[in-house]
Amino acid sequence: MKKENSRRSFLKNISLATFSALVLAGCDMKAIEEFLQQNFKTLSKKEKDRIVKNLEAKYKAKYGKEFHVSDKSAIEGTLFGYALDLSRCIGCRRCVYACVKENNQSREPQIQYIEVLQMDKEKGIDFAHSTAQYNPEKVPEEGHFYLPVQCQQCRHPQCTTVCPVKATWQEPDGIVVVDYNWCIGCRYCMAACPYGARHFNWGEPNIPVEEINPEMHYLGNRPRTKGVVEKCTFCIQRVREGKYPACVEICPVGARKFGNLLDPESEIRYILENKRVIVLKEELNFQPKFYYFFGI
Amino acid sequence: MKVKKYNSIKLPVILMTFYIVLFFGCNNSETDKNDIRHVTNSKEEKIKSEKPIEFAVEPPPFSDGIYPCTSCHNNFKPNPVRRVLVDWHDDISAMLKHGEDRWCLDCHDLKNRDSLRLASGKLLDFKESYKLCGQCHGEKLRDWKVGVHGKRTGEWNGKKTYFLCVNCHNPHSPKFQPLSPDPPPIRQEDIK
Repeated sequence: MKKENSRRSFLKNISLATFSALVLAGCDMKAIEEFLQQNFKTLSKKEKDRIVKNLEAKYKAKYGKEFHVSDKSAIEGTLFGYALDLSRCIGCRRCVYACVKENNQSREPQIQYIEVLQMDKEKGIDFAHSTAQYNPEKVPEEGHFYLPVQCQQCRHPQCTTVCPVKATWQEPDGIVVVDYNWCIGCRYCMAACPYGARHFNWGEPNIPVEEINPEMHYLGNRPRTKGVVEKCTFCIQRVREGKYPACVEICPVGARKFGNLLDPESEIRYILENKRVIVLKEELNFQPKFYYFFGI
Repeated sequence: MKVKKYNSIKLPVILMTFYIVLFFGCNNSETDKNDIRHVTNSKEEKIKSEKPIEFAVEPPPFSDGIYPCTSCHNNFKPNPVRRVLVDWHDDISAMLKHGEDRWCLDCHDLKNRDSLRLASGKLLDFKESYKLCGQCHGEKLRDWKVGVHGKRTGEWNGKKTYFLCVNCHNPHSPKFQPLSPDPPPIRQEDIK
């Protein structure tokens, strides 16, 4: 057997050929650089700065306006928690669309991080008999209550452990994030998530230019590409700047509460200490930081 | 864990805030929970709008041209007789659905039209109406003060805007009005 036909030389040549093909195909250096980019967690400050600058230029060229892409890391001493008042939610879905807008989710194909489930008061929390398709003239409907589900930001997230390339992880402030450049789209994390909180870009995402939110975070709402998984990040681009998530700001009944679990003075701690609180699928021991409570 | 972030605040924002504070005469600078303990028990029977209120709140949602009340009421002789209003404010008489037996002068003052009146007889600015509501709805006021009942916007770790009870509940008919829902998600079987 000739030596040139060995597996080793084949692999060597094919990768060389691919690389040259990429260059010859008119790919600019930035695209190649992006292709060869390392996992976000392993990048140095300098590399991050360059990547962020490249992204801002790329989005400006694509959408024709100024963008700010942040790579701000977690604020020391924060662990974000969320509480939702089941006695107040009226199922109006304002949060769903505020989230879509804030986080630059694809409109067509449709991706929504929040799914509002309508449940029978008689049955209690019963996913099997719930529906997200309710569409009456006015909400709330008699005899029903509403339970919005989004990423539960588990303390023991299994979506991160199943990722074969470590493209998703939990940040020090408790937010589970995805590096969209490192995600290979295998969707293992979607299978691992018991809350259906992760969403896959089956097609090229589509966002109206006039509605795109220019305040972005690298691990949050920057535009995704086809073939990657995305999820709720508690609006990482907002909360790391001290602001409430978009769903909290929009809720017309004030059912959504957000804060720092490590701050004993925060409203979220008051709720945990004084209200009747539950988490979904407690038996799985994922320990969500997303709580549901009864305010009345 | 109060991490103050002022570096992102721009000059126009500061100016704007200054004007708002000037205009509404309310104290935006402190929404600290400690302020709850500063509630004064003084029996002064006058409006203390020049004194800082405990919470930075959104202004009350007056209908256009309805306030100040004295701009009309100065011309009328006060009538303390309980009645259904017909010539003016008949819309409020029509919608009034608050508890069993409420009527105007349970909350509004007969003489000082531009202010509200607590059961104790103490006058109250419209910007502090939450205290009036809290006379009956004490547990709601307690939850509101700590940010559990009602809505807050702004910063989870800093300045927040509180909404008055009346920003969400019409005081004359406080039940929260039903809303039309935004469209449901597209079903998998409907994707072409």
